[in-house]
Amino acid sequence: MANIIMFGILAVVILGSAVMCVATKRIMRAATFLLFVLFGVAGLYFILDYTFLGAAQLSIYAGGITMMYIFAIQLVNRRTLQGLVEHVKGSRAIGAALVTLAGFLTVTIVLLKNEFLFRACEVADEEVSMNVIGEALVGSEKYQYVLPFEFISVFLLACIIGGIVVARKEKEDK
Amino acid sequence: MFDFSNVTIWFDALLRQTLGLGDFWSILIECILVGVLILAGYAILAICLIFMERKVCAYFQCRLGPMRVGPWGIFQVFADVLKMLIKEIFTVDKADKLLYFVAPFLVIIASVGTFSFLPWNNGAEVLNFNVGVFLLTAVSSIGVVGIFLAGWASNNKYSVVSAMRGAVQLISYEMSLGLCLITAVILTGTMQVSGIVEAQVGPWNWLIFKGHVPAIIAFLVFLVAGNAEANRGPFDLAEAESELTAGYHTEYSGMGFGFYYLAEYLNLFVVSGIATTVFLGGWAPVNIGIEGFDGIMNLIPGIVWFLGKTFAVVWLLMWVRWTFPRLRIDQILKLEWKYLMPLCLINLVLMTIIVAFGWHF
Repeated sequence: MANIIMFGILAVVILGSAVMCVATKRIMRAATFLLFVLFGVAGLYFILDYTFLGAAQLSIYAGGITMMYIFAIQLVNRRTLQGLVEHVKGSRAIGAALVTLAGFLTVTIVLLKNEFLFRACEVADEEVSMNVIGEALVGSEKYQYVLPFEFISVFLLACIIGGIVVARKEKEDK
Repeated sequence: MFDFSNVTIWFDALLRQTLGLGDFWSILIECILVGVLILAGYAILAICLIFMERKVCAYFQCRLGPMRVGPWGIFQVFADVLKMLIKEIFTVDKADKLLYFVAPFLVIIASVGTFSFLPWNNGAEVLNFNVGVFLLTAVSSIGVVGIFLAGWASNNKYSVVSAMRGAVQLISYEMSLGLCLITAVILTGTMQVSGIVEAQVGPWNWLIFKGHVPAIIAFLVFLVAGNAEANRGPFDLAEAESELTAGYHTEYSGMGFGFYYLAEYLNLFVVSGIATTVFLGGWAPVNIGIEGFDGIMNLIPGIVWFLGKTFAVVWLLMWVRWTFPRLRIDQILKLEWKYLMPLCLINLVLMTIIVAFGWHF
């Protein structure tokens, strides 16, 4: 009962903010509404009692990614952002509608075929312990993820080095 | 030791059995009650901290501080709050009004959110998640967005530049804070706030004694980084009225400014509270291994220990604030990225080695 009410509130927040994020004309407002969408999604994880993912969502998306967007908006020249108008073309609208429909159908078919909803109702709400998550992340047994974990860390290191290289190049040109 | 969960269990039974309310209504009533208590505690502590700041500052500068309103000036803060409440709230021309009003709430949400993680007593933690410490850092990072939006929505170039400065500072020092907390988590083996405190009950079990060298380094770095995170002390660039036209909250008046002011003082308390919880044992009393002494110390309730230790740390941070001169932004960033963060990383490795070989007490 309480779960359904909370889900309803969060759904309204997520959908409302998502629509506002796309519909607003000011880019900073769009970033703020995106932040509210991400908060709402974090709230969904908390309803599911998956607190680790909720905390990660808050700290990475709300604290990190949104901040990066805001900094990027700051660094872009204000005039390039002002009075930016995009006309909706018929062919593009049809293409977008087709892609959306395909995505919606895929999600629906996967949901119905795997009976995710029914299974999700059967599983009791239990918080996954931090130890289990930690061991799964760095363990090498079945259903443990040390290889992807290492790949992602190498990838991130490459991104950091790349960022530094790009940033330094401009300085030398001066 | 007094266990506060007796009270909460009694209250839960009162609602469910004596009054015969269902699950939904009893949980709703409890949630509202806890929320009201949190906000009341927040407001009362803010008043105490502002008064303490004014007096401590005054004595450091060989003044008396507020003396006129009430005996020893104790009603000064109430007068300030009243002034703040009846001030006119106005907006800047061509500013983004929506963001202007949203920004202070983001800051205050982050502040109240981290405030509710503090363990007040044995069995009196409000938010006690399995991922405790991680969630705490996640919630505190919301405040950065609020600070930035405030600067942007003020339609004032000084505010925007200052907000950038503030945001960069907060993002940088979050790194050290997180690493210090991870160092403590390695030693206790749990991220849950109540678990961290329970691991420190007993003679000489506070983490700062248990983890000796790396724990002391982590505690000191945590205090420095926490001071920066609360925008205080030598890192109070946003408060530099004369040099930098105050900062991101220059264009705010009335309660808009009041929220930033409140959040600043409560962040000071929250940082001290977390330092107390993680390194100084939270509500755990001083135990030295002599039975009689420990018995007497255990009679003192946990909330007294917690508040006592936290206010001692607060006093330490105020001492730092009124002693050191203000740093420039490049010095602040240099301190973090070139000294504190590498130190934290080395410290992390050191702590891991000590825990792996069992060299702690």
